[in-house]
Amino acid sequence: MSTKNTAISVKNLKKSFGENEVLKGVSFDVPQGTMLALLGPNGAGKTTTVKILSTLLKANGGSARIEGHDVSTDPDKVRGVIGLTGQSAAVDELLTGRENLIMMGQLYRLTKKSAVARAEELLIEFDLTEAANRPTKTYSGGMRRRLDLAVSLIATPPIIFLDEPTTGLDPRSRLVMWDIIQRLMDNGTTILLTTQYLEEADQLADKIILINNGIVAAEGTAAELKQKIGKDHFIVTFASKKHYDSARTALKGKITQTNDDELQIHIPIKGTGKDIQAVLKTLDSEKIPISSTDIHKPTLDDVFLNITRKEK
Amino acid sequence: MLTKLEYKHASKVSAYISDTALMIGRSSRHILRNTDQLLGAFFQPIMFLVLFVSVFGGAIEQSLPEGVSYVNFLMAGIIVQTVAFGSTTTAIALTNDLQKGIIDRFRSLPMSNMAVLNGHVISDIFRNSISTTVMILAGLVIGFRPEADFYGWLGIIGLLLLITLAFSWLSAIIGVLAKSVEAVQWLTFVIIFPLTFASSAFTPTDGMGTVLRVFAENQPITQMVEAVRALILGQPLGDYGWLAVMWCLVLIAISIPITYVLYKRKTTE
Ligand SMILES: Nc1ncnc2c1ncn2[C@@H]1O[C@H](COP(=O)(O)OP(=O)(O)O)[C@@H](O)[C@H]1O
Ligand SMILES: [Mg+2]
Repeated sequence: MSTKNTAISVKNLKKSFGENEVLKGVSFDVPQGTMLALLGPNGAGKTTTVKILSTLLKANGGSARIEGHDVSTDPDKVRGVIGLTGQSAAVDELLTGRENLIMMGQLYRLTKKSAVARAEELLIEFDLTEAANRPTKTYSGGMRRRLDLAVSLIATPPIIFLDEPTTGLDPRSRLVMWDIIQRLMDNGTTILLTTQYLEEADQLADKIILINNGIVAAEGTAAELKQKIGKDHFIVTFASKKHYDSARTALKGKITQTNDDELQIHIPIKGTGKDIQAVLKTLDSEKIPISSTDIHKPTLDDVFLNITRKEK
Repeated sequence: MLTKLEYKHASKVSAYISDTALMIGRSSRHILRNTDQLLGAFFQPIMFLVLFVSVFGGAIEQSLPEGVSYVNFLMAGIIVQTVAFGSTTTAIALTNDLQKGIIDRFRSLPMSNMAVLNGHVISDIFRNSISTTVMILAGLVIGFRPEADFYGWLGIIGLLLLITLAFSWLSAIIGVLAKSVEAVQWLTFVIIFPLTFASSAFTPTDGMGTVLRVFAENQPITQMVEAVRALILGQPLGDYGWLAVMWCLVLIAISIPITYVLYKRKTTE
């Protein structure tokens, strides 16, 4: 059953390498034109999932459909609608950037003329015109990544798999890559991205799936995941143990977490203004001086650490 | 996007052919751009030729038939050996591909994956033509005087094409099996070197011990060398012609399916 608006549909996917059960039943759907980020620690099975979905690996159980085509029974159809940017840049090192693009375009069954025209377009778009006639072994890591992504886009496939597209890139190249990915999304491409960087998932993805120990440990939008971990906290630090203790008495019932070493109290807050004002008012009326304050918003890192710690 | 993309609507067969053509183009470019390897393709055969003629020429010439000079005798042997060594490019290129992400890329494309193999094997013809031509020219400089007529040359070219394909497909098996390029290099060396020496490539087999001689006279390289040699010297082919062709066809017929199966197994986990 494939609904028209689901680009990628994964049901109970299982994969083992010998004794090593990497995927123990992973399910998710990616609606057309959205981005799903697959998040997980090293060795969680992100690459394995991408390889199964791009027909490079066979699953041991479950099913996966890409635009309605089953990856195991109809791999050729699947290959016609996907572009893959693998974890290691898969370009030909002895061919030039332009030659790589044209060759891959023709292998996607584009006519020579279309492949050449599209290659020019991508070279410009990915800022590779100057290096277009150099063998790619002379390219920097960032350039190679860009070319690799350009190659997967040569036939404008509606679905793109990006396996850790920014791992190992310097901050500037990463921003360039994000910009390119953002433009792809604006054009309505469906994207499945894997990453170890929570920030990346937070920035780009419509929905995030956290894989841990072979199962989907958490899923939702970045905001939803953060919500699961908790609200924003107002953190007050005191200069002395005496003030710290008085504050704990004065705010009893409101405090959810304390830190004896740092002399800190954590108070959950909704929004920002009112709750903070109330806390400050109480402390003021009790004449308890404050050393410093801070507001902590839960990050995806909290979610990530929380879940992976719990599972261990 | 500015361009409206046009797709070829090709039948399975013509898609296979056009994929193979693209992969031949790719591998041929590799051959031309891999300058170190290309220099080797130029100089190694010349080195062998000159060394053999100057070191062994005097001693071996006495056991050759009247009127046959060593350089004329040697040429066929050294050409076949060069073709055999040349075909290891296929193994090296394949191992290289398999170690890098590029095969994954090809496999995610709607292309025929066997085209990758075909590309490496067929482009060896290109490289071997360069080596062989260079060697024949070098031979002419140091006294090589072929007796072949026009049809003889056609026969030589045809036979060398077959021999190249046979060695390259065998080499492809090694390329798929080997874990590293270094492994390919020593593996092909320890196979090709003894096989060409225990043949009539460099010396007549008469002087060899019985066991070695029986082996040498019946192994495929000797049949290939003798056939090429007869054509070069303008002598009757005898049984060598069909034996050489048969060996090539048998080797090709066996190694193509083996390579395909191994490759398929290696690339689908
Ligand atoms: N071809 C393979 N053979 C055996 N084990 C593998 C293979 N590929 C991956 N694995 C194992 O599967 C697990 C998941 O790997 P992978 O999908 O690459 O993780 P990730 O991409 O999330 O870092 C790891 O334990 C890895 O060792
Ligand atoms: Mg990975």
